[in-house]
Amino acid sequence: MTPLQIIFLLASAVVLASGLYVVTARNLVHAALSLIVTLFGVAILFAILEAGFLAVVQVVLYIGAIAILIIFAIMLTRRVMQDAGPQTNRQWWLGALIALALFAGLGVVLSPVFPISASGALAAVPEQSVELLGKSFVDPNQYVIPFEVASVLLLVAMIGAIMVAGEQK
Amino acid sequence: MEFLTDPVGAIARLLTDLLTRAGMPAPVVNVVLAAIGVVIIATFCLLLPLFLIWFERRVVARMQDRVGPNRVGWQGLLQTIADAIKLLIKEDITPIGADVVVYNIAPILSVIAVMAMWAVVPFAHNIFGVDLNVGALYIVAVGSLGTLAIMMGGWSSNNKYALLGAFRTVAQLVSYEAPMILSLLVPVLLARSMSMNTIVQAQDVWFIVSAPIAAFIFFVTSVAEVGRTPFDLLEAESEIVAGFHIEYTGMKFGMFFVAEFLHAFTVGALTAVLFLGGWRGPGAEQAPLLGVVYFIVKAFAGYFLVILLRAALPRIRIDHMLDLNWKFLVPLSLAAIVFVAVTDKAVQQYAPGLGSWGRAGILLLANLLLAWLTFRIVAGMVRRMRQAEHRNLDHSVPPADREGAHGHGPEHAHTAEAHPAAAH
Repeated sequence: MTPLQIIFLLASAVVLASGLYVVTARNLVHAALSLIVTLFGVAILFAILEAGFLAVVQVVLYIGAIAILIIFAIMLTRRVMQDAGPQTNRQWWLGALIALALFAGLGVVLSPVFPISASGALAAVPEQSVELLGKSFVDPNQYVIPFEVASVLLLVAMIGAIMVAGEQK
Repeated sequence: MEFLTDPVGAIARLLTDLLTRAGMPAPVVNVVLAAIGVVIIATFCLLLPLFLIWFERRVVARMQDRVGPNRVGWQGLLQTIADAIKLLIKEDITPIGADVVVYNIAPILSVIAVMAMWAVVPFAHNIFGVDLNVGALYIVAVGSLGTLAIMMGGWSSNNKYALLGAFRTVAQLVSYEAPMILSLLVPVLLARSMSMNTIVQAQDVWFIVSAPIAAFIFFVTSVAEVGRTPFDLLEAESEIVAGFHIEYTGMKFGMFFVAEFLHAFTVGALTAVLFLGGWRGPGAEQAPLLGVVYFIVKAFAGYFLVILLRAALPRIRIDHMLDLNWKFLVPLSLAAIVFVAVTDKAVQQYAPGLGSWGRAGILLLANLLLAWLTFRIVAGMVRRMRQAEHRNLDHSVPPADREGAHGHGPEHAHTAEAHPAAAH
């Protein structure tokens, strides 16, 4: 085994274990912290795939912003020190079903594209992948429309959040 | 001779040679070399605060007309080591009801978050941990782990003051991250790269000339990210005792302390890398060790400024702190990005033969224009606010109380002047 494979196995094990703990932890803050470990493990997987930009963005957005806001929201809304509510409600089987269906769907769709090979060799990553990514977002022949639509959606969401949270005058 | 031009490369080749001859396969050798590099940088980061703490105590003491630690060792240099030993042999207390795992991870994470930043800091053109092509973003990413560490410490201590400190942390650190990232974009724009080493190499003219506003915003927000005076609301001794680290004793407290000092120095180092030309200086290309000296000197210049701010300024009030961020720094940094991007593109388009000094000069003019506009807008806002305040005072205060109101008047006006966007 190469060192890279060992790191991959360790990171995957951490992702799976902490992901499981997210949904089974009794304490909400523990679940949120475990979610951070999961996200960090995914960032490591990105880094192994030489997608450094995605790895760093994963940490900036998901850990630096979203996870911290989740923890903050938990701290503000629940009795933070002793909260240990029920972990499931009546719809748990529906959630599990959707998750399984998504996993199966992804497997069916992606397995012909990325066949599982024993060698485990990675496809060569272009040197300037960040520049290529940036340019393809503003290239009319590539992704400019999805990119702009997503931007407008985020803007609308932000205005909506301000409207909901703002004081009524 | 080779050692002078490429010290790290020379040592790495020597070690590779040795290990391969000892019968190690090549991938394992690479892992071992990487591990050695990590250990060297981490050790440097952990030993540095021993000096920084002494340095800061002496400088602050001098500013307050005291002597400072001067007993243990030459000029008190060994004082920090004595303190560290004291911290190590203190009783380790975990409060009842604390969340033990989180409580113990928090101080470790806070040191990791700061130390990880040094992985991408270039000491010289061929001495650096790793030259990530997303280096600038990486700094932001690991910086946010520090926020997390403080929140974890504050929450897990089972203490209301610590929890208040954690709340303030979110308010302060998450807010100040926004203008910090925006101001980081400016050197990235100018260097056309996020790699820290390329950013340094692009600084034929230091970026503080081409982008003084971004440099100012980056420095201020970084000081806020460290959580030092004037932004020390997270620990604010006079208000919430010691904030998030109130329950920590011994070396666990010491780790928060080390993280803070190292972070303060890191602010100086990052400012040096992004805006003061990093390791660049006469002869640095030929002799990288000279580049290391330049870099350390520049980093200490930035750190010295952080210390001076700490010794000179009182704590900012929490609403002022948030107003300063959202109403002043964020809009200003957005404007600075637009100004720099448009000007730089225009220079590139219409005057490509201008050379680096000409380009920097035009960018400086654009920045000065922006600064002038900002001052005009802020001055206008302050005038309007002050007029409104005077009108309110005249109407609402009965004549008998005028004396008392007058006692307040100048102070209020002064606050409005110091934090223009913040008065009410």
